[in-house]
Amino acid sequence: MTAGETFPRLLAAHAAARPDAPALREKYLGIWQTWTWRETWTEVREVAAGLASLGFRRGQNLAIIGDNRPRLYMAFASAQCLGGVAVPMYQDAIADEMRYVLDNAEIEFAIVEDQEQVDKLLEARDTLPTIRHIIYEDPRGLRNYAAPGLLSLDALRAKGQEWLAAHASRLDDEIAQGRTDDVSVMLYTSGTTGKPKGVAQTHAAMIFAARGAVGFDHLTERENVLSYLPMAWVGDHLFSYAEWLVAGYTVNCPESADTVMIDLREVGPTYYFAPPRIFEGMLTNVMIRMEDASRWKRALFDRFMKVARRVGADLLDGKSVGLADRLAYALGNVLIFGPLKNTLGLSRVRVAYTAGAAIGPDLFRFYRSIGINLKQLYGQTETCAYVTLQPDGEIKLDSVGKPAPGVEVKLAENGEVLVRGPMVLKEYYKRPDATAEAIDAEGYFHTGDAGVFDADGHLKIIDRAKDVGRLANGALFAPNYIENKLKFHPFIKEAVCFGHGRESVMAFVNIDLTAVGNWAERRGLVYSGYVDLAGKPEVYDLIRGCIEQVNAELAGEGELTHSQVSRFLVLHKELDPDDDELTRTRKVRRGFIAEKYQPLLDALFGGKAVQHIETQVKFEDGRTGVVAADVRICDVKRVPTRAGGAA
Amino acid sequence: MSTRKIGEVILKVDNISLRFGGVKALTNISFDVREHEIRAIIGPNGAGKSSMLNVINGVYHPQEGTITFRGETRRDMDTHQAAEQGIARTFQNIALFSGMTVLDNIMTGRNLKIRSSFLEQALWIGRARREEVENRRVVEEIIDFLQLQHVRKTPVARLPYGIKKRVELARALAAEPSMLLLDEPMAGMNVEEKQDMCRFVLDTNEQFGTTIVLIEHDMGVVMDISDRVVVLDYGRKIGDGPPDVVRNDPEVIKAYLGAH
Repeated sequence: MTAGETFPRLLAAHAAARPDAPALREKYLGIWQTWTWRETWTEVREVAAGLASLGFRRGQNLAIIGDNRPRLYMAFASAQCLGGVAVPMYQDAIADEMRYVLDNAEIEFAIVEDQEQVDKLLEARDTLPTIRHIIYEDPRGLRNYAAPGLLSLDALRAKGQEWLAAHASRLDDEIAQGRTDDVSVMLYTSGTTGKPKGVAQTHAAMIFAARGAVGFDHLTERENVLSYLPMAWVGDHLFSYAEWLVAGYTVNCPESADTVMIDLREVGPTYYFAPPRIFEGMLTNVMIRMEDASRWKRALFDRFMKVARRVGADLLDGKSVGLADRLAYALGNVLIFGPLKNTLGLSRVRVAYTAGAAIGPDLFRFYRSIGINLKQLYGQTETCAYVTLQPDGEIKLDSVGKPAPGVEVKLAENGEVLVRGPMVLKEYYKRPDATAEAIDAEGYFHTGDAGVFDADGHLKIIDRAKDVGRLANGALFAPNYIENKLKFHPFIKEAVCFGHGRESVMAFVNIDLTAVGNWAERRGLVYSGYVDLAGKPEVYDLIRGCIEQVNAELAGEGELTHSQVSRFLVLHKELDPDDDELTRTRKVRRGFIAEKYQPLLDALFGGKAVQHIETQVKFEDGRTGVVAADVRICDVKRVPTRAGGAA
Repeated sequence: MSTRKIGEVILKVDNISLRFGGVKALTNISFDVREHEIRAIIGPNGAGKSSMLNVINGVYHPQEGTITFRGETRRDMDTHQAAEQGIARTFQNIALFSGMTVLDNIMTGRNLKIRSSFLEQALWIGRARREEVENRRVVEEIIDFLQLQHVRKTPVARLPYGIKKRVELARALAAEPSMLLLDEPMAGMNVEEKQDMCRFVLDTNEQFGTTIVLIEHDMGVVMDISDRVVVLDYGRKIGDGPPDVVRNDPEVIKAYLGAH
C-alpha cells in the first residue's frame, strides 16, 4: 500500500498494466458493449479535461445523477482527477428533494443521464442559479432545449480533447497533486430524521475499505459484478467503484431498470450484493413457479430441498457430512440446485452479501442450503459501508459477523456500537456540530445501534441504542430485538415488550388474523372475529408455544437471557396507525401504547389473571366506537440460561 | 410544443366517397396532411374514421374521388404500394403474431427492406447475413426508443395490453415510414399507459420527423398533441382546423363534443 493512493492513480495503473482487459460493460442495443481499461482511462481524462476547460476547480463538488451507467461511473474519476468531489444523488428523487442537496453541496456542475434528470435540474435552477453546467449522457428528447449551460457528454469530451491538445501536461499535474486524504466522494444519508447530511469520505478511507473487503473474500481481477443499486448509496459506491478500482474486476451495467433480472442471468456475477427484499422476491418467484410445476417436478424439488436444508449449509461451511448425504446432495445439485441457481443467475456466485435490513432466517438458510455463499455484513455510510463481515465457514444467522480487518469495534456502556478505523468518515459536510456529536474525542464513531458480542466474538445488532433500556437487575433490555424474534413467527403480527426498570419482561401480542384464522379453521375452532379469536384459550396456548421458543433462543444469548418473556396477553384489538399506536411505517409506538393500555400493563406486572378494559377505536370512516373485553393474561415458562451463542 | 418545421402538403384526399352496398361510409370527404404534422381524425362511433384510414393505405377502394400522395394522383391506393411509399399503420384491434416474441414481431416490420433471395436466407450467406445484422440494429434502436428491452424475448401473447399496443407501434416504425397511420393507439388504456403512449407518439414525430395521422377518442389527448383535426360525422366532414378552432365550432360541439 503506497501512501499516496487516489482513485485516478489506481485507474491509471490498471490502464497501464492491463490495457485491453474489460473494465466496464453495458448492454446497449441488445449487445454487451465493453470499455477496456485503456478506453476507460482515455474517456475519464478527456471528460476531466472538458470539465477543466469549463472552469471546474479543485475541491469543487460534481453532482452525478442517473441509473448505473459506465459513463457516469467514469464521471466520478473525472472529477477526482481534478481534485474534485463526486456527489452521486438518488436518481428517482423529485426536483424539490434534490434542491436541498444541490444547495448544500453548492453544485455548479452536474453530469446526468438523460432528459428526465435535465428537466429536474432546470426546475431546481429556478431557485438555485448557481447550477451553471448541466451535462447529459443521452441526448434523446433534448434536441430542442436551448437552456444555457446545457451540454452533451460527447460535446464535453470533444472540448476536453481540444483542451488536452492545448495544455499538454496540465491534467497530469492535476492528477499528481491529488492527495490520498482529499475527500473523494460525498454520499448524502437519507435522513430519516432531519435534513440529509453529506458524509465526506476520503480516497484513503474508501480505498482502505475496498482493499479490506477484497482481501477478506479473496477477490481478483476476474470477478464480474452487476451494478444495479443506486449510485448514491454507499454499498454501490464500495462494490461498483472503490472495489472495482482496487481489485480491477469488471463492472456490468444493466440495460434498464426493468431488465435487471434478465441481465443478472446473462452476466452471471461472481460477486453479488442485494438487499434482503431482492433475495425474498427471487425466492417467492421460485416458489410460485414450483406451485405451477408438474407433480413429478414438485416432488423432486421437495425431496432434494429437504436434503439441502439438512446438509447444504454444512457442506458450504466445510463441516463433515455423511457419505450418503453427500451423494444425495451431489445428485440434487445436478437435478435441482444447479439448474435453479442458473435460472436465478447465481451459478457463478462465489460470494454474495446482504445488508440493510434484517433477513429472515428461512430466507438466509434457503440460499445457503442450495450452495450460494450468502453472507451478512453490517455498517453504514459513515463507515464506508461495512464494520463487520461474516467470515467464510463462520456464518451465524443472527449475527453480522466479526469486526473487519483493521476496524476496531467496542460497545459503550449503553450497548451502543462504537467504531474506529481509517474508514470512519472525515466529517459531515458543513455540519461541525453533527460531526462532533458522532465522533468522540478518542476517534470512535457512534453508530446509534446497540449490539452485543457473543462468545465467539460475533457482533449481534439488537436495537437502536436510544430504545435500549435496562432491567431492574441491570441486564440489557432491547425491546425491538425481542419483538422482531416474536414477529418471525407467522402467527404473531405485532408484539410490544415492556421491561425497562422492571424485574421481568412482559409482552402485548397481536395475532395475525389470516394465519391464526387458517389454523383455527383447520382445527374446527369456531370464532366470530378478531376479538373472539384473540381470547380463545387454544390461541393462547399457540402463542405461548411461540414465546417459549423465543425464550429458549434468548436463553443461549448471554446477557439477553434475562429478557425472556415472563407473561403475555393477546390484545383485544389490532394495533393501528389510525389510532396512533403504530407509525405509518408500522413501527410500534411503545410509550403511547403503554399509556393507552395502562390497566393491562399494571395487570401484567401486578400478577392478575384477567383484566377488563374498554378502548376507544377509530373506524375507517372516521367514526369512533368502544371495544370492551376481559383480557386474559398468561404465564410463560422461562428457560434456564445456556452457555454459548450458536444459532 | 417543439420547433419541428411543418412542411408542404404530402397527402391530399379529394371528394372521397365510399359505399358498401347501400351504406354510405364516406361522403365527399376532402382534406390534406402536411409533412411532419400530427393530424387527428375524430368523430362519434361509425363516423367513418377507420374507413378513412383504410382508404388512405389501400385496404378499401373508394367509388369516387382521388388520392394524391407525394405529387402522384390516383383513384385509389393499393396496400403494397402504400407500404412501399412509406405509409405504415397500426390497428384498432391488436394484430400481432401472438406466438412470436416481441423481437420477431418487430423484425417482420423490416420485411420490405429485405433484398436477399430465399436461397441466400435459407443458407444464411452473403447478403442475407449482412441484412439481418443491419435490420436487427434498426429494430434494437426502436426497442430502445420505445423502452421494450425487458420484453424483447417474451412472446406477445403473455404481454399486457398497453405493451402490446407499443409493440404494434414498434413494428410500424420498423418499416421506417414517412407517414404513420394510428388507429386508436390509446383505446382501452389506463391514464399512465396513455401518457406513455402520448410521449412515444410525440417523440416519434420529433425524433424521426414522421408525419402522423391518428384516430383517437380521448379528446384531451387529441387536443394536446395534434396540430390539426378533421371531424367526421355520419361519413361527412363537419369540421377541419387547429384544435382550438375545432373545439369552438358549433356544429362540432352539437355532433360530438356536446354529447360527451
